[in-house]
Amino acid sequence: MQFRGRDIISMRDFSKAEIEYLLDFSLNFKESDHALKGKVLSTLFFEPSTRTRLSFESAMASLGGSCIGFSDPSVSSIKKGESLSDTIKTVEGYCNAIIIRHPLEGSARLAADIASIPVINAGDGSNQHPTQTLTDLYTIRKSKGKLSGLRIGFLGDLKYGRTVHSLSLALSSFSNKLFFISSSALSMPDSYLESLDRSSPTEHTDRLDEIIGELDILYVTRIQQERFTDPLEYKKLKNTYHINLDMLKRAKPEMKIMHPLPRVDEIDTSVDATENSLYFQQASNGVTVRKALLALIIGGAK
Amino acid sequence: MKELKIARLKEGTVIDHIKSENTFRVARILGLENSSSMVTIGANLDSTKMGRKGLIKIENKFLNEKEANKIALVAPEANLCIIRNSQVEKKIRLEVPDELRGLARCINTNCVTNHEKAETRFIVESKEPLKLRCHYCERIFGKGDLEIL
Repeated sequence: MQFRGRDIISMRDFSKAEIEYLLDFSLNFKESDHALKGKVLSTLFFEPSTRTRLSFESAMASLGGSCIGFSDPSVSSIKKGESLSDTIKTVEGYCNAIIIRHPLEGSARLAADIASIPVINAGDGSNQHPTQTLTDLYTIRKSKGKLSGLRIGFLGDLKYGRTVHSLSLALSSFSNKLFFISSSALSMPDSYLESLDRSSPTEHTDRLDEIIGELDILYVTRIQQERFTDPLEYKKLKNTYHINLDMLKRAKPEMKIMHPLPRVDEIDTSVDATENSLYFQQASNGVTVRKALLALIIGGAK
Repeated sequence: MKELKIARLKEGTVIDHIKSENTFRVARILGLENSSSMVTIGANLDSTKMGRKGLIKIENKFLNEKEANKIALVAPEANLCIIRNSQVEKKIRLEVPDELRGLARCINTNCVTNHEKAETRFIVESKEPLKLRCHYCERIFGKGDLEIL
């Protein structure tokens, strides 16, 4: 399989075989500190990010390459009113690949259509976050030894959470049972539900306590304040779901909790030390997967 | 008694058998309110086939592919004829294309195409019922949400 020069925009663009290949490649990837020597990666963060940006920068540095970019659009030319198209056309002359995070849905696809170098989507509004999804799939497979026949619950902000939209789409094609747990105000939009592969049945509920005992994986997301225009609405929903040791008593001992982080107070810190917690491992897997992706896409590794 | 209410065209386009409720929508997407051609719009006409129908005749106007595709989206039932020398030169079968470029607006206000200068692009996931997916924001929507440009 050839990934050199390829864009990573949406999980829709990958077949099951390609996903399996990417995960296998990540698992067996032998790091070489000069694989991307002399290569430059642009990180264009039109929206704040810590984990995603740092993990890309760390991945690039450990492969011998370097990063340029911005993490605060208010100090860049965007503030002066430059269009996204012009920014991309300019930046592509400076680097070998572009990482973009942008608040508008479809922005990464537009950038990829414009640029002649590979573009990697690091989050486009509430739509997709494919490198997080590949990290999540990698984490699930490493922990459970498989990607299918699992019972996976998604909890929290299912309306705006792009990691949920991206991951549920990918998991649905591997025949799993998906549980969507949220208040009605933050439930999965029909548009995303319609895209799911029919081979995976779904269930919807607002009661975590009633179904937590059935789950193999619980994927928790933060209620994102930046997606709300009404602060009261945000406050009301923020504390709806809280996972603590008491709640875990109902869960299977081997049930794993994942979270794309940062967390606010969805998961009590007392849960961190339990066998159920997988989120910090998941965060560290982000670097492994992104390293492998960069080596494939920029370095042409096979 | 059936009487001829609409004059024959010498050169131009006839759009016949439009569902009555779609007649003015078709006129609007073709921008006929600003047309300098001779235009005849008939609504709620008797039709043996449909009961009631709409009919539009436009003199000296020959629809291009983009315009035909727009009509296919809002009135796929219509018949389209090109008239030359008072004769039907060509009948065009309306069909929703597999992909729409620059024909409609994305309903997602947070879609990049509503903020940047970019031609909209939709993948037709299903023709009946009509289901479109935005190439950019990936949102899926149906005919009711369609906003023709």
